[in-house]
Amino acid sequence: MTGPAELPLWAALLTAALVVGGAGLTLIGSIGLLRLGTFYERVHAPTLGTTFGTGGVLLASMLYFSVTQSRPILHEILIAVFVTMTTPVTLMLLARAALYRDRTEGNDQVPARDRPADAPDLPSV
Amino acid sequence: MSAVILTWSIVGAQIFLTLAMGCAVYRLLYGPRAQDRVLGLDTFYVNAMLLLLTFGIRSGTMVYFEAALVIAVLGFVGTVALAKFLMRGEIIE
Repeated sequence: MTGPAELPLWAALLTAALVVGGAGLTLIGSIGLLRLGTFYERVHAPTLGTTFGTGGVLLASMLYFSVTQSRPILHEILIAVFVTMTTPVTLMLLARAALYRDRTEGNDQVPARDRPADAPDLPSV
Repeated sequence: MSAVILTWSIVGAQIFLTLAMGCAVYRLLYGPRAQDRVLGLDTFYVNAMLLLLTFGIRSGTMVYFEAALVIAVLGFVGTVALAKFLMRGEIIE
C-alpha cells in the first residue's frame, strides 16, 4: 500500500474532480432543500445529493483505493446500490404521508382524493 | 504534487458537505411542518455518509467505509419509520 504522495497525477486529478463535483452537487441539492417554497418542491432537491453526489464521492473513493492498493477495491458499490434502491422508497413514502396529512387537514393546495364529476374516463386496461 | 491536489480538493469537498449539512439542520430545526423535518433528517444522514467517505479517502483507511454503510442502512430505516408514523400515527400495526 502506498500513500497519497506516490499517487499518479492523473489519478489525483480525477479523484479531486470527482470528490469536489460530488460534494458540490450535494451542496446544490441541500441549498434547494433550504430555499424552495413548498414541501412538494423541496422533496425533489436532495435527490441530487443521493444520485450524483453519492456517485461522485463513491467513484472517487473506489479510484483512490484501487490505485493506492494496486488491486480493484469495489466494495463501495454496496453503498451505491443500497442508496439507489432505498431513496425512491423513502421519498415516495414521505410524499404519500405528506399528501395524506394535507388531505386530512382539508388543505386546498393539493389534488383531492375524489375525482371531479366532469373528469374524463380513465383508460381501460 | 498529487498529495497537494488531493488534500486541498478533499478539504474543499468537506467544506461543501459541511455547508450542505448546515442547510439540512436548518430544515430539521425550523422546517415548518413535520414532513419537512423528516426530509431534513434524511438529507442530513446522506450528507454525513458522504462526509465520512471523504474522511476515509483523506486518511487512507477502510474503517470509515463501514461506518458510512451503517449510516446508510440506519438512515433508510429511520426515514421509513418516521414516514410511516406521519401517515398512520403508529409504526408497527
